[in-house]
Amino acid sequence: MLELRRSGALWSLALIAIIVGIACAAFAYTAGWVSPDRLTPGKLVEAFAPPAGPALGHRRNHAKGICFTGVFEANGAGSELSVAPVFVRGQYPVVGRFNLGTADANAPDATVRVRGLGISISTPDGQEWRSAMVNPPIFPVSTPQAFYELLLASGSKDPDAIKTFAAAHPEFAGFADWAGSASWARSYAEEQFNSLNSFVFIDKSGAEHVVRWSLLPAAQPVAISPDELAKLGPDFLEQEITQRVATAPQRWTMVVTVANPGDPTADPTKRWPDDRRKIEVGTLTAERVEAERDGPCRDINFDPTVLPSGMRTSDDPFPAARSAAYAKSYDLRTAEAKDYPRTVTGGNR
Amino acid sequence: MSAGLHRFTVLQRLLHWVMAVCILAMLFIGVGMVSTVMPKYLTLVSIHKPLGAAILVLALIRLAVRLRYGAPPLPADLPAPMKLAAIGSHYALYALMIAMPLLGWGMLSAGAYPVVLYAGWHLPAILPQSDSLHTLLWNAHFYLAFAFFALILLHVAAALFHALVRRDGVFQTMASVAIDDQLTPAQRGHQPA
Repeated sequence: MLELRRSGALWSLALIAIIVGIACAAFAYTAGWVSPDRLTPGKLVEAFAPPAGPALGHRRNHAKGICFTGVFEANGAGSELSVAPVFVRGQYPVVGRFNLGTADANAPDATVRVRGLGISISTPDGQEWRSAMVNPPIFPVSTPQAFYELLLASGSKDPDAIKTFAAAHPEFAGFADWAGSASWARSYAEEQFNSLNSFVFIDKSGAEHVVRWSLLPAAQPVAISPDELAKLGPDFLEQEITQRVATAPQRWTMVVTVANPGDPTADPTKRWPDDRRKIEVGTLTAERVEAERDGPCRDINFDPTVLPSGMRTSDDPFPAARSAAYAKSYDLRTAEAKDYPRTVTGGNR
Repeated sequence: MSAGLHRFTVLQRLLHWVMAVCILAMLFIGVGMVSTVMPKYLTLVSIHKPLGAAILVLALIRLAVRLRYGAPPLPADLPAPMKLAAIGSHYALYALMIAMPLLGWGMLSAGAYPVVLYAGWHLPAILPQSDSLHTLLWNAHFYLAFAFFALILLHVAAALFHALVRRDGVFQTMASVAIDDQLTPAQRGHQPA
């Protein structure tokens, strides 16, 4: 009788071990520990790192940048597309960042093709609209997985890696054409910045509109060759925008483009036809430029999925991937603040 | 075993099982969301935040209910180390149920993220923006999540040990669906003669 009980207890202990084991296995699977092929935020962020390693304390991409503050003045027209409070006629404070699409925080300006603008617009109800835009009119690839492969090819020692990638991803040709043929602007103030990704705006009737947006510069673009830009110095763009904004506020018109049914909303390599409805919703004004080291944009994550009510992500897969990767980059760089020390004493904001 | 052995109250049992589902879901969502860049990342994050807020509210209610109604006594013949483990692990479980959502909320506040629970509904920041605080709270939230999961596994293993090996009625104090909070003699387990 006692033996029977003892063997029953052994079976019970075995059953408990199996239940705990299954729970551990399910947890490990969910965490991706048994899925080495899963594209994790960590892998995506690591793929940006140059051979010498990432710029500690800085963003893992768009690492070189400078802060600005200013206002977004809504003209009220955006309310037709979205109930977001930011489109109600009025002025809303902005924290922003001009930046270069490089993982090197000290890259000379003339070596970086892609320029960006991040903004966070706050409304009095406590909501924020964050957006990180770039100057190319289209994105290089259609999916986050392809983007990861592009990063691996860019970092590869194989001299034909990019060629091989381009052959496997014909959609890359559009971006390559832009990079090779579009003129370079002499100032951040002369750049047009584009959301590239599509988002969904929800109006007061509940109707949804798939949109992309752009900031069109008020300043007349002055073309400059990369060689001429190089002669102006490695940090000319930051010096120029600092002086320019100190002289006079710089403006961009925000234009929202509305997709027609059937337009490629999930693929940022595909332009929408030029005749699509465009609505000017307001003006962004940069009023004050500050160095990033002690500036207000330093510890802002310009995560494009931080959206007010009246906006949401669309079927475009990139905002999710960007949000996941930006968060990883943010967690890493805020933990490395000692590698990018502030100069202001007590300025631990 | 005392003759007056009773169950947890219906409210306590309801809170326990609802929270068990919420917390397990929360831990799996948390560990899953940080492992992917696919669109489900946003879906999981959008569940993680309001669910965390719900768990915080439920945990505070549960703490109040526990302080009001107490818990059934442990069997008198439970060895002292097991008794200590039972009491200690329950303090730790309550601490984690309350601390984890607060750590997450504080971490987002220190990172200057709006804490959006649902379109247009957000919580206020509970801490000023600070990279050092963000890092501290991020680490605490991350590592304590694994400790929480380990503790829950230990809790499940102990509950099943009571149910299957010791058969001392402890499992029935929480597992029963009966409205009544008195245990029947059979549920109290076989008494040693």
